[in-house]
Amino acid sequence: MPPTVVDLDDVTFAYGDTVAVRDVSLTVESGDFLGLVGPNGSGKTTLLHLMLGLHTPDEGTVRLFGAPVGEFDDGSRVGYVSQRATDRGGAMPVTVRECVTMGRFAHVGHGRIDAADRAAVADAMETVAIADLADRLLSELSGGQQQRAFIARAIASDADLLALDEPTVGVDAESRDAFYALLDRLNDDGITIVLIEHDIGVVTDRADRVACLNTELFHHGDTESFVESDALADAYGATGQVVEHHHHS
Amino acid sequence: MSESPTTPDDPGVAPGTRDRDRRRTTELIGVAATGVLSAVMIGFVLLYWAQNLPVAGELYAGFRSFGRGMDAILGTNMFRHPFMWQSMATGVLIGVVAPLVGTFLVHREMALIGETLAHTAFAGVAVGFLLRATTGWDGSLLLVALVVGILGALGVQWLTERTDAYGDVPIAIMLSGSFAVGTLVISYGRGLTGINIEGYLFGNLAVVTVEGARLMAVLSVVVAAAVALTYKQLLFITFDEQAARVARLNVTGYNTLLVVLTAVVVVGAMQVLGVILVAAMLVVPVAAASQVARSFRETTYLAVIFGQLSVIGGFVVAVGGGLPSGGSIVVVAIAIYLVAIAASGSSMRAVTARG
Repeated sequence: MPPTVVDLDDVTFAYGDTVAVRDVSLTVESGDFLGLVGPNGSGKTTLLHLMLGLHTPDEGTVRLFGAPVGEFDDGSRVGYVSQRATDRGGAMPVTVRECVTMGRFAHVGHGRIDAADRAAVADAMETVAIADLADRLLSELSGGQQQRAFIARAIASDADLLALDEPTVGVDAESRDAFYALLDRLNDDGITIVLIEHDIGVVTDRADRVACLNTELFHHGDTESFVESDALADAYGATGQVVEHHHHS
Repeated sequence: MSESPTTPDDPGVAPGTRDRDRRRTTELIGVAATGVLSAVMIGFVLLYWAQNLPVAGELYAGFRSFGRGMDAILGTNMFRHPFMWQSMATGVLIGVVAPLVGTFLVHREMALIGETLAHTAFAGVAVGFLLRATTGWDGSLLLVALVVGILGALGVQWLTERTDAYGDVPIAIMLSGSFAVGTLVISYGRGLTGINIEGYLFGNLAVVTVEGARLMAVLSVVVAAAVALTYKQLLFITFDEQAARVARLNVTGYNTLLVVLTAVVVVGAMQVLGVILVAAMLVVPVAAASQVARSFRETTYLAVIFGQLSVIGGFVVAVGGGLPSGGSIVVVAIAIYLVAIAASGSSMRAVTARG
């Protein structure tokens, strides 16, 4: 059995005095498509950052591909598309090919990009159907096309885990459907996906597992049991309770 | 779904491809010319250094007569003087390494760092003056500036790690703070020795010393090699720092490297450009290149080419008009920037008209 991809055990993280994530335990198994949902400010991005080692937990442990996240060093296995990735694409003159080639950097270190790397880049652009845009600047592309370039970067790096933080904000509906169909295909090919998405419908359609968060974990399990549970209402309702709690303390 | 740039009057071969090939050729010629020029300049500095050795002495004599020949042809009184070659060498090398490092700084929105480190280096020059005046030490002022500049760079990096951003406020405090210390040290030292600080403030070809040119030659090789070796990592971190962290790049290490390289460039460039204008060379050629470049690699190439043109043009203005070199170079650089904006505006119109 392939090892657990992400393993969070009783993780708590606070920004100063503000607790963003409290006592969260969850696992992501190889081949999972996990949707991470919750209201705004519920700690979804923080939880994803904890999984990837961008934050160090105050309490609890995080393991990535079996290793303590702080010691995990094979960066090529994880592809990450941050919430604001496309902002940068607009500000800097970088071509689609240059962006996708960055996926090879964890492999080559200080060495040169060789023919095999270029072939991997070309394949990745082919997979997400942006090969014809290879030499265009990212800033000239639509939001959906830019997101495809970032996904291609992860594919080029041979990532086993794809972590996406609200990838379709500002992307039109048609491109969004095409984008999620692409994620389905990648998941069918065995890539593990963790997706933060504000549109619950997308998550229940696409993901096979759901984690519903509002500082604490309200649900973690398969999508069917999530739909049937009251986790969503509880999680969204909890925002009020948290505020009330602050007034009392 | 595809938005490929084919035009209705496309005659078989995509004009985009032909344009791209032509651009690439032009850039490679420009970069090669810059490389040759830099090599000649470093060659001069080395020959001047080694002129008492047998073979180098002959080559150096050859260089001198080549300079006299150039003066005869151009009707100038410039290339026969070794000190002018020292200044030109320093200028040409600044024109290469400042935009090279600046390309990453500008796109990380760290342009102000260059300005800050220039002021830190100025404090270093002041400390060097004071050391000379009080201890009788006669070492290189630039070496002191380099040490203080690098310490300043590490300080800036430490501050930003703690404040979690290249924020305006800590940077501004560092900038004015080090300048304040510099002015205090200088007024204190003025009583002890005659100090000509103006050359360091506004830049002056005559400020370039033999040691200064040698230091610049060594630093340029170090900076160019460091950027060539870490280009991929610096690009990734500049473009998407979080993804670079997830890919397990040593982001803090590369950030520190970039800031230290900036300090090194600033100290080298301070002689010709002056403390107040040195940051312009990190920023303006890159801003011009970003207007017209079609990729990040092209931005880097064009920034170096524009930097070189600014230095050469600025030298012509400075020598021709008897003006300070710093101001002349920066004014030429800004002129190139304005031309680049006009050019990108017209190409945007062309794209819009076609699209």
